Amino acid sequence: MTHPENAAEFLKDSQKAKWHDETLWFVRDKRDKVSKGIPEWEQLRELASGIKNNVLANLADYLEEFERNATKNGIIVHWAADSEEHNRLVLEILQQQNCTAVVKSKSILTEECHLNPYLEKHGVDVVDTDLGERIVQFLNQPPSHIVLPAIHLKKGEISELFHEKLHTEKGNEDPAYLTQAARIHLREKFFAAKVAITGVNFGIAETGEFVVCTNEGNADMGVHLAQVHIACMGIEKILPRRKDLGVFLRLLARSATGQPITNYNSHFRSPSPGKEIHIILVDNGRTAQLAREKFRNSLKCIRCGACMNTCPIYRRSGGFSYNSTVPGPIGSILSPGLDLKKHSSLPFASTLCGSCTDVCPVKINIHEQLYEWRQEVTKTQGEFAKGLSMKLANGIFKSPLAYKISGSLMRNALKSLPNSLIYHPLNIWGKNRNLPDAPKESFQQWYRKNRS
Amino acid sequence: MKANSPSVALFIPCYVDQFYPQVGIATLELLEKLGCTVTYPSGQTCCGQPLANAGYARDTVGTARHFIETFNDYDYVVCPSGSCTLHVKDHFPAIDGLEKEQKALEHKIYELIEFISDVLKIEKLEGKFPHRVGFHSSCHGQRGLHLSSGSELNQPPFNKARKLLENLEGLDWVELSRTDECCGFGGTFAVTEEALSIQMGKDRLGDHLKHKTEILTGGDMSCIMHLQGIATRSKQELKFLHLAEILNQALS
Repeated sequence: MTHPENAAEFLKDSQKAKWHDETLWFVRDKRDKVSKGIPEWEQLRELASGIKNNVLANLADYLEEFERNATKNGIIVHWAADSEEHNRLVLEILQQQNCTAVVKSKSILTEECHLNPYLEKHGVDVVDTDLGERIVQFLNQPPSHIVLPAIHLKKGEISELFHEKLHTEKGNEDPAYLTQAARIHLREKFFAAKVAITGVNFGIAETGEFVVCTNEGNADMGVHLAQVHIACMGIEKILPRRKDLGVFLRLLARSATGQPITNYNSHFRSPSPGKEIHIILVDNGRTAQLAREKFRNSLKCIRCGACMNTCPIYRRSGGFSYNSTVPGPIGSILSPGLDLKKHSSLPFASTLCGSCTDVCPVKINIHEQLYEWRQEVTKTQGEFAKGLSMKLANGIFKSPLAYKISGSLMRNALKSLPNSLIYHPLNIWGKNRNLPDAPKESFQQWYRKNRS
Repeated sequence: MKANSPSVALFIPCYVDQFYPQVGIATLELLEKLGCTVTYPSGQTCCGQPLANAGYARDTVGTARHFIETFNDYDYVVCPSGSCTLHVKDHFPAIDGLEKEQKALEHKIYELIEFISDVLKIEKLEGKFPHRVGFHSSCHGQRGLHLSSGSELNQPPFNKARKLLENLEGLDWVELSRTDECCGFGGTFAVTEEALSIQMGKDRLGDHLKHKTEILTGGDMSCIMHLQGIATRSKQELKFLHLAEILNQALS
């Protein structure tokens, strides 16, 4: 299904769509308020963008520096070219430990690599320990948002799900009660897991340490109880120096949820005596994106989700409408790099309003890249574009008004354009919208009559 | 007309020319009232934005060349649309052999309100418009041309249109809940993502209705055309005018 089809489906439940829009707008509004409490906010964004540009320009060097320092600290460093290699490496470590039950804190990278189904196929029980992620895992759904994985679900739906899975009281929707039930359930899983998997928010080249940010402390709980910690990190998550965190940690949570800082920002540097830390550095299409000049700086992304919260399309179509691990504006410029054909409708799922670019804490020019991806999609004639041009050519002869207008424009002017593209819209335009009243003369005609 | 008044070429976007000639007339009359010598270069067509935004920027070379040549001989090009102005400035393909002219055009083309505020340096207009006016901020005008501050950015608030409007006697400015959310027009988006486009438009209208807007105005007729289309279909009482129409009426 294309984005427009999914969006239309989402909007059919108009009450829920309205709720979804308002809930995310609330988060965006919170972000606005907290960011305006920092006088140097725009300077911070500029700094963060500059640091990330430097990282992308020297990525290989920083990665090797990170590997050297991490190894010195006793961390075992692995490299994965793609998701298959990443998944295989994780499984190998688990098999070495004879581990068949693992806890995992939030990691978009492991979603991107589809690690859970892979491990389950190989007999490993994976439990997502972030509350939102556990909820969607119970439902066999992917997260619908990278920071708020279960934002598409209402309290009542979660209450019903917990009643079924965790035997909570039927109809009890009290968030504190439901969260407590999840805590008890997850506590058992934490105690049983020999290995804990986490994502990585920032890897520090200078020190070989890495930082994991969570609000629930679930990464720490998992890691400290387990014998082995596997951290999965996209290669673009590197920062040169520890002091750079002073910029990024101030931006991350404020942009994501409007909090001054995430509750837990945990630094992992060396394994405790007798324990192991593994870090897997994953490419999976990132160097290919780095080589695309127009799209390179999409790799600056720190996965805060602000562009989703602000996007008028995301808020009204939901995360699943994008059919990609990272939804919303940033997903729509990352995903076409992974599979242009599959994601060809995503660059068009935008009015190019530019709000995403202005909330982005690392100043990715998201809407300009959406525009550039459109040019790429039409070049390769992805399915979406083909459908569009056919519809256009078809539509023009169906509406006499469209024909008349495009005819007059065609004659006068748009000699070099496939005119059909411009005035086809009148057909669909009229489904839920009136056309303007056609005036008796155009401005050109009026001008000729009255002024020349 | 003043002897040293700047020579202004009017660029009237294709859909304004065809559907909203009164907006073109208001723009022309307003600029003349403000002392400009205004010409409408004949033979002008479209900036090519609909095609470029649909992913066919490479097919707009001819249009862009024609545009640059048509408007080459004037001090300023003024357009009653932020979106079309932004397209000419930022999204024209590079035209071989016209590099100098293209660069010059990028610096001399202005959206109407921008021209009044930044080139004519008019701080306030004396006039009367006793109505409750809701302003729709077009995204390309706001985030592209910076005609007003964005709610996303940490910057001192400003709004060039509001400054001119608020000085008009009797004008009652409507404060909206979401000051600068997109209306959902988005060019071809209006048809390729029809369901979303309509919902976004309805939500914008809802904000105006909730705050008792009598006349909805803005600097881009494309947004207004979309909002008006939805409002008239659902028989809402709102009136719609381009900023040029309000200012021109107020000054008469």
